[in-house]
Amino acid sequence: MTAVAYGRPRRGIAWRALRAVLERWLVFVLAAGAWEWGARAAHDTFFPPPSKIVQRMHHMWFSAGADRFFLTKEATGNIFPSLARMAVAFVLSAIIGAVLGMLLGRSERVYAYVDPVFQFARAIPPPALVPLFMVLMHIGSPMQVVSIVFSAVWPVLINTADGARTVDPLQIESARVFRLSPLARLGRLIIPSALPKIFAGLRLSLSLSLILMVFSELLPGTRNGLGFELSNAQAGTDLPTVWAIVVLLGIFGYVLNAVLTAVERRALAWHLAARRIEI
Amino acid sequence: MTRLGRFVRGLVGVLVTVGALEALAHAHLASEENFPPASKVLSRAAELAGDHDFVFVQVKATVEAWGLGMLLAIVIAVPLGLLFGTVPIVNTAARALVEFLRPIPSVALIPLVGLILGAGLEMKVTLICYAAVWPVLFNTLYGLRDVDPLAKETLRAFGFGPLAILWRAVLPAAAPFIYTGIRLSASIALILAVGTEVLSGFGDGLGNYIGQAGISLGGTEEVLAGTVWAGCLGLLVNVLLMLGERRLFHWHFREGRS
Repeated sequence: MTAVAYGRPRRGIAWRALRAVLERWLVFVLAAGAWEWGARAAHDTFFPPPSKIVQRMHHMWFSAGADRFFLTKEATGNIFPSLARMAVAFVLSAIIGAVLGMLLGRSERVYAYVDPVFQFARAIPPPALVPLFMVLMHIGSPMQVVSIVFSAVWPVLINTADGARTVDPLQIESARVFRLSPLARLGRLIIPSALPKIFAGLRLSLSLSLILMVFSELLPGTRNGLGFELSNAQAGTDLPTVWAIVVLLGIFGYVLNAVLTAVERRALAWHLAARRIEI
Repeated sequence: MTRLGRFVRGLVGVLVTVGALEALAHAHLASEENFPPASKVLSRAAELAGDHDFVFVQVKATVEAWGLGMLLAIVIAVPLGLLFGTVPIVNTAARALVEFLRPIPSVALIPLVGLILGAGLEMKVTLICYAAVWPVLFNTLYGLRDVDPLAKETLRAFGFGPLAILWRAVLPAAAPFIYTGIRLSASIALILAVGTEVLSGFGDGLGNYIGQAGISLGGTEEVLAGTVWAGCLGLLVNVLLMLGERRLFHWHFREGRS
């Protein structure tokens, strides 16, 4: 479109699409190619060529028959438990964080009582707590879920409280004038106006959940999960497998974030529209 | 609510929490070895503060790695952000690469970097740097979008070159955002510093101390005492960076409010 605005000669849509694809992917493809070529030439065990990593990913996880949806035992036994732990922990953190955040955000007094304690709990780097949970609960899925929740709950909680606290006073007054019941006020005014902040918190929580999921599985004593596979591969100096797991986790991180962004866009469509009108 | 009211309420909250933990421990729901009372943990933590090895070897090792990693991340991310933000073609070209690298959970790289570099300061700094680069980079990019075009045009009209414009108009306007990125990175960097240490098993560091205490028999008291200091370290970093933000960029936040 800018090409038209600047009066450049118009070219076909195909050409423009090709150019966009080239601009976007050329460097990526070149970088992957350079790595492939360099790794093959150097024969370095630490940096296997990308083709070998992709091969390993396919062989390790997706080479079973169609009756198992191509997923090998290795995949169902490690990928699924990891994702399940993370999903349960993320949903728990979102619910606990949103509910507590709403309560704290609407009552300045309660907030003042718990603020220092929460600030301290939030400041503890979560990996420092994992050895504690290990002693208290013994290693296993419940302990791993608790570890994830304990770190992922804070961003949602703090952001929700912040969002609930900073509702436009004029809107609160209007709600009072229209005699909205407390429940209607919560559902129609406070939650919607806190929603953008809640989603910002959820995004942080999601990446923390992924980090803590891997961390809690890397510890000695775990029996399954991608982190377990990762530490096994490390112990056997199996570099292609280590790389394969890192790439898979990167893909999960990307997809999960994309899903959350899509949900956010749907949930906040009205918010974005309202902002556009304001401008 | 007055400042004093907030302080008193906060103090009450802390005291009630500590009291509740103490009472819970005395109710003997778990053995004292697994769940020591708060008074014991706090007195052990106070003891550790006077322990030369704990403060000047373990905690120092963690803070050193954290500081080096943060410094490296800032030195890499800010110029990179300025480059991406001011040269659109570089931005589109590098976008796919960045979007591929960013979602990799930094903790998953601990085994990989451990194999390549071996356990030690180099490995810790590399991992901390990797994790800390992203918030700084993205906040720098975000800040560049906030630069007043009029200020840039004015400088250009007065004959300033692109570098002078960068230095006089772009960087000051983006600075508060860059600082926010650094503040976000600081706590992620601390997670990586402690996490790497907990896993690595040997060497010095607060995480090593906690991890070792966790596998020794009846070490819960030590684990908790170490965790108290880990929390204090995190809190100190948060508070200092927050105060710094208010001091350095009060003009920005005052404008933002209106």
